[in-house]
Amino acid sequence: MEIPNIVGAGLIVIGAGMGIGRIGGSAMEAIARQPEAAGKIQTAMLIAAALIEGIGFAALFAA
Amino acid sequence: MADSTHAEELSLKEKIKQDIDHHLEDVHDFHLFSDEAAGKHYGFPLPVIIWDDGLHVFMSSKFHHGESVAESNGNYYALYHNKIYRTDAAGAMAFDGDHHPTNVKPLDLSITKNVFSIMMASLILFLMFRSLGNSYKTNRVPKGIGKFLEPLVIFVRDEIAIPNIGKKHYEKYMSYLLTVFFFIWLINLLGLTPLGINVTGNIAVTFALSLMTFLITQLTSKKYYWKHIFWMPGVPAPMKVILAPIELLGVLIKPFALMIRLYANIKAGHIVIMSLIGLLFVFNNWFARGAFFGLTLFLSVLELLVAALQAYIFTMLTALYFGSAVEEDHH
Repeated sequence: MEIPNIVGAGLIVIGAGMGIGRIGGSAMEAIARQPEAAGKIQTAMLIAAALIEGIGFAALFAA
Repeated sequence: MADSTHAEELSLKEKIKQDIDHHLEDVHDFHLFSDEAAGKHYGFPLPVIIWDDGLHVFMSSKFHHGESVAESNGNYYALYHNKIYRTDAAGAMAFDGDHHPTNVKPLDLSITKNVFSIMMASLILFLMFRSLGNSYKTNRVPKGIGKFLEPLVIFVRDEIAIPNIGKKHYEKYMSYLLTVFFFIWLINLLGLTPLGINVTGNIAVTFALSLMTFLITQLTSKKYYWKHIFWMPGVPAPMKVILAPIELLGVLIKPFALMIRLYANIKAGHIVIMSLIGLLFVFNNWFARGAFFGLTLFLSVLELLVAALQAYIFTMLTALYFGSAVEEDHH
């Protein structure tokens, strides 16, 4: 049985969403613990999220 | 009765899909809106420049929105799916088995909607930054639009360039980083206006941008950058052999990801907003329309954030790659 592409796209979105969610959650926690480092944490969070997003989009194009 | 309304709905959905596809494509004229009942299109034409055994220059209004054949210096051209093909006077197209046109496709150097938008954005940026530059000649405190731009320039310098590239080398990259940041931001914002511009959602544009980043990274790289790729310091020798091809591939994957990220983000944002606007016309009750109006407004505001965020991330990752290129041996 052939699995339609849209299932792959859904799996990718689930994976990327979980990844970005974890990054966002951990960054929240880190900022709450050390509010003075908020700027640095935010930058690192955005870079990590962007990298995951890049992989997610690349996979979406393949799907 | 039920059948006819169903058919009507399908055609409406088809039409919305067509409109979205049309918006995402790069076309030869600026199309603002149409009067369906009168069959009139409002907008303005853009110049068509094609090289086909000689230069042909004419306005795209000659195509009448793809409905008629344009004549230029004895040659005839027609639009098919927004691409220009050479045809005969009647505009006949020939197709092969896969339904691809076999007509001659001349070299198209036209000022299309995207090219026009890029020129417009460049002009706006030039005027804004010239006024900022000029205001420094008389006073150290900027005037007018400069008051808005100066903190942003300082933000790019202090938050993007210096932390990622380092105090020693950041100055020679500042011009490129600032250009990329403000260009992507402005063009993203222009894409949210009802003009229907979709420049950074075009993969050719983001390809050119990431190609520039790639070339600057390679051409300004120092010895340590290549040592890091081919003979990673600080790991055991067998690992170095495994890592070399991966790192070499990474050199290409980094700008590729840069290209895909900007393109996919902006294109996806445009599709979502266009689809939600389309849903306003699909539903016939005011409650659903109000809900989708609110959702469209919310997503438009979110896109304002994405426009700035993508410009920031593109510039940030570019600075990160430049930083790795000029990194020095610290062992």
